[in-house]
Amino acid sequence: MEKLKKKFGSFSFWNWVIASIIFRLILIYFPKNLNLPSRPEVSTPLTSFRRLAEGYWLKQSSMSPYAGQPNHLLYSLVSVIGDVVSAMLIRATGQNLQLAYFRTLDSLDLVKQIEGSEVHSSGDVAALIYLCNPFTIVACVGLSTSPIENMAVILCLYGACSRLIPLAAFGWVIATHLSLYPAILIIPVHHFFQPPRKLFLQRHQQKGVLNQSKLPPGFSWRPIIHFAFWALVWSVYVLVLCGISLKQFGGLWEMFKSTYGFILTVEDLSPNIGVLWYFFAEVFEFFRNFFLIVFHVNILFIILPLAIRLHHRPCYLAFVYVAVCSMLKSYPSVGDSALYSGLLGWFVNELSDMQFSLFLFCGYVGVSLLSPVMHNLWIWRGTGNANFYFATATVYACLQIVLVVEGVSAMLNHDRKLRSLIAGKPQDAKS
Amino acid sequence: MALLRRPLLVLILIVTYQFLQLWIAVGSVIEEGQKQEEFYEELLLKPLPDRKVLTHFHFQSSAPPTSNGRHHHLFPKAISQLVQKFRVKEMELSFTQGRWNYESWGGFDSIPSSNAKPPGVELWAVFDVPQHLIDALWKNLTHTLSGLFCASINFLESSTAYSAPEWSFPPASGNLRYGTLPREAVCTENLTPWLKLLPCRDKAGISMLLDRPSIYRGFYHSQRLHLISTGSGSEGMDPGIILEQTLTVVLQPNSQRASLDRASEKHIQPSWSLSSIFGKQVSGKCVLAETSNVYLLLDRGLVAELKQLHEENEKSAEKVLTSENFRTNPCFELSAKPDRIFIEESSLLSKNSSVLYKFKVEKYSEFEPFDLGLTWKIPVVWLCRQAPLHASRFLMGSGNERGAIAISLKSTQSSESFMGANSDDERCELRVDVFQVVPWYVKVYFHSLQVFVDQQPKAVSDIIEKIHVSPSKDKVSPGVMELVLKLPCSVSSAALTIEFDKGFLHIDEYPPDANQGFDIPSAIVSFPNFHASMVFLENDSLNKSPLLSKFQEKSHVMSYTEVLLVPLTTPDFSMPYNVITITCTVFALYFGSLLNALRRRVAEEERFLKDKAAKKTGRLPLLLSKLSAKLRGRHSEPPHSPPGPASSSFINSKLVLKVILVAGVAACWQHYFL
Repeated sequence: MEKLKKKFGSFSFWNWVIASIIFRLILIYFPKNLNLPSRPEVSTPLTSFRRLAEGYWLKQSSMSPYAGQPNHLLYSLVSVIGDVVSAMLIRATGQNLQLAYFRTLDSLDLVKQIEGSEVHSSGDVAALIYLCNPFTIVACVGLSTSPIENMAVILCLYGACSRLIPLAAFGWVIATHLSLYPAILIIPVHHFFQPPRKLFLQRHQQKGVLNQSKLPPGFSWRPIIHFAFWALVWSVYVLVLCGISLKQFGGLWEMFKSTYGFILTVEDLSPNIGVLWYFFAEVFEFFRNFFLIVFHVNILFIILPLAIRLHHRPCYLAFVYVAVCSMLKSYPSVGDSALYSGLLGWFVNELSDMQFSLFLFCGYVGVSLLSPVMHNLWIWRGTGNANFYFATATVYACLQIVLVVEGVSAMLNHDRKLRSLIAGKPQDAKS
Repeated sequence: MALLRRPLLVLILIVTYQFLQLWIAVGSVIEEGQKQEEFYEELLLKPLPDRKVLTHFHFQSSAPPTSNGRHHHLFPKAISQLVQKFRVKEMELSFTQGRWNYESWGGFDSIPSSNAKPPGVELWAVFDVPQHLIDALWKNLTHTLSGLFCASINFLESSTAYSAPEWSFPPASGNLRYGTLPREAVCTENLTPWLKLLPCRDKAGISMLLDRPSIYRGFYHSQRLHLISTGSGSEGMDPGIILEQTLTVVLQPNSQRASLDRASEKHIQPSWSLSSIFGKQVSGKCVLAETSNVYLLLDRGLVAELKQLHEENEKSAEKVLTSENFRTNPCFELSAKPDRIFIEESSLLSKNSSVLYKFKVEKYSEFEPFDLGLTWKIPVVWLCRQAPLHASRFLMGSGNERGAIAISLKSTQSSESFMGANSDDERCELRVDVFQVVPWYVKVYFHSLQVFVDQQPKAVSDIIEKIHVSPSKDKVSPGVMELVLKLPCSVSSAALTIEFDKGFLHIDEYPPDANQGFDIPSAIVSFPNFHASMVFLENDSLNKSPLLSKFQEKSHVMSYTEVLLVPLTTPDFSMPYNVITITCTVFALYFGSLLNALRRRVAEEERFLKDKAAKKTGRLPLLLSKLSAKLRGRHSEPPHSPPGPASSSFINSKLVLKVILVAGVAACWQHYFL
């Protein structure tokens, strides 16, 4: 294992980290030339720095910060630090994951079969993907709040992965407070705390001996109660803080109404890289509520099938949830795709035989080049119209769909392959 | 029969006549005790420097507080009902077409301060009710007014269209609501209902001059209705109402004749008369009016200019302007002899004072109509008094994503002398109030407010003494910004800029001509340190004239800025079905393919599951049939019984279960959701 890990030199890793930080700092030094904070891809109504500044100004002049456009107060200019911290957490989580992966393989006596193929240190890969992803850089330099939101999500996953229940609860509460959608991560986080029963069963079945005493308990309530307790503590903490700071402005109810309500009832129709803004700008008023329900239910309905099918891989489940949310959320920005593409790096080994990866890569490049062009044509030159920009948004949504679907099926195939290896059938399980 | 009837008829007539007389006498006795309803009609004419004439009609009806029902003699019933129903304390409605030219028509006097209005419709009202009832009353009031004046004032009903300024709008009060419709077209259909409120309509008196083609040919036309209800203190008494209707028109006299006569003197002001600018003459007063006067106002600057010309010509000309002998006036000639001449009380700051000529219309009749004419003899050039700062507003930036609003204040020449008196004082400050309403789709960032004084950026806190901001809420309320600026007196120019993002609307929210753009209503710039008032000497006779007493009221100098036209991005209006279908396809693709990937099984798994299923399917119906049999109270049938009845009973029980389930769901739905 040591040998495998050394394959990816840590020296080059730190070089890349430093290079990406310097690149960010250089970009921050020339903010005017890029005008990133006003790009629709970077700043949605929820992550815009301008709205944050406006909210802060209103609060300073003793008015309700939510009186105007909704925005979140939690922001600092430390998004670079946020990015680096996220990358480090991703790296640690990835290393944990890889250790666990090898341990599993070890316990299943499969290391020898795997050894032949090239194995990357997935933590390093994921961290580097996260740090050097142009989307992350743009979101960081563009003064969007999404680096902070991403960090909260990663903190939650890190905590869950290393069984630091208070930390996981903290990350989950903060991420939910900031952007609501990470609330569904509670399911993979709980799966983290459950022992990997299926693997044990497989292993013992394979041996033909079912040792009842060695079998781990099927479902343990303790970590869940523990997590619930901490989540309660943190959320009370956050809510009390918010309540104190918003005491004179209508309290928490107004905060919920103008943050979560704003997220759920897609009120702001300014263009972003999602498809919902144009849909709700065009849809007939009396269908609006129906479609709001349909689109949000789309997220909720896929939770259960995914949880059933991927419950033995909580980390991958978390990745899929994050990707689905960033695809279907009401105000998506590139910061969200930066997060899930970073998490994707954890599974380089498992997803090595994913289909359409070149197609997806080219698609992402094409969309990120075309989308600003179409936006420029529509908004600034007036020669294109809204449909041009909407077309790129549709393509982007389709790309994400392909990514998620292919990723899920590749992972399932990988598990099938493992199972067939355990069963002693060397044939490829892919049908 | 006829003979018999005739005396009876006469008798009846006589009795009726007597009774009527008695009744009228009693009625008049009752009214003698109280104040009468009164009506005044007045017209002010004023030559403007740019060869135009300002005509300002002023009609005032007043109803004293009464307790005897709702009957009115002169006062329009519609207005008194409106005041009673909506508890209006004060209200002003104006319909305006064209823009008041502050630079050449002046901005300091009380006419521009209170009668220069923003284009379109402006409505504000102060209500005499508790705060929470105001919005409902305002909505009803807008609907009533829109019915009364045939205008789309009802668009002010929605909460996105009106605002509640806290202190910057002059009749500052928490019960005030303010709304404007910049794009409202004003035409005769709005003037006719306005005229209907006058007791003589346009059939007699000064209002006879209101010839529609000549009014609407004017450069500026503002028709205003202002009412104040007073003395509603005691219970059971209807409030007294003072209704003030003004019509301000700026007209260009037809100057062809003058230019033909004296082609050499091109700069001479055009001569005009009432008949030449309106095409009509006044044949006597409206009999219902208390007074019916026409005034001719010569501006302070004009008087100073005329005096100077006199001094050049003949040294002794001191009081030529005010002398009774008008035929010999070397500068101009009036076709009618004024009944009275008023001179403004000269203030400390300027020696010059304006002159007002009064003409009584009562003296004239149909056979000798009143037609005031003014013929200039020598060319005169003068300037009207201007507000201390000239305010203008413009848009900055390009593209449809964001921009900035700039309000620029430029020091006017005339105010320099005014400032000069005060500039000895080091801490001399000029206070400027700015009131700006922006619709919600122009998302203003108040933190981006910048102040420039004499082209130098200044810290906002240095210049802005007081600020009140209520940010816009999407589709709920407009953004309101109220500022108090303290500028040094020596300022020559100042500018405020504020950035905004352009909003994106739902397709239903765009007007039919979406590509024309959206209007940002005028900002109001007022100068509380300056009062637009003209105090005339010989005050005794002025009490009778509402127009002149209006002049003497100390009101803030106010000016309105331009209306801005902001183009907003439009979506494709023909696309709703395409967008719905495409988006739904994307979502279906997502859900379907992901679900498919999750439930896809390879061959060997399927076989395994089939085996399992085969085992299970044998057991489950058996269990169910046993259960159903138990429910029916029968013995459980042996498994080897003939399949026919068992299956039928099974189906029946299944059906029953289903029906019960559906009924239960329906009942729950009924109970919880409906």
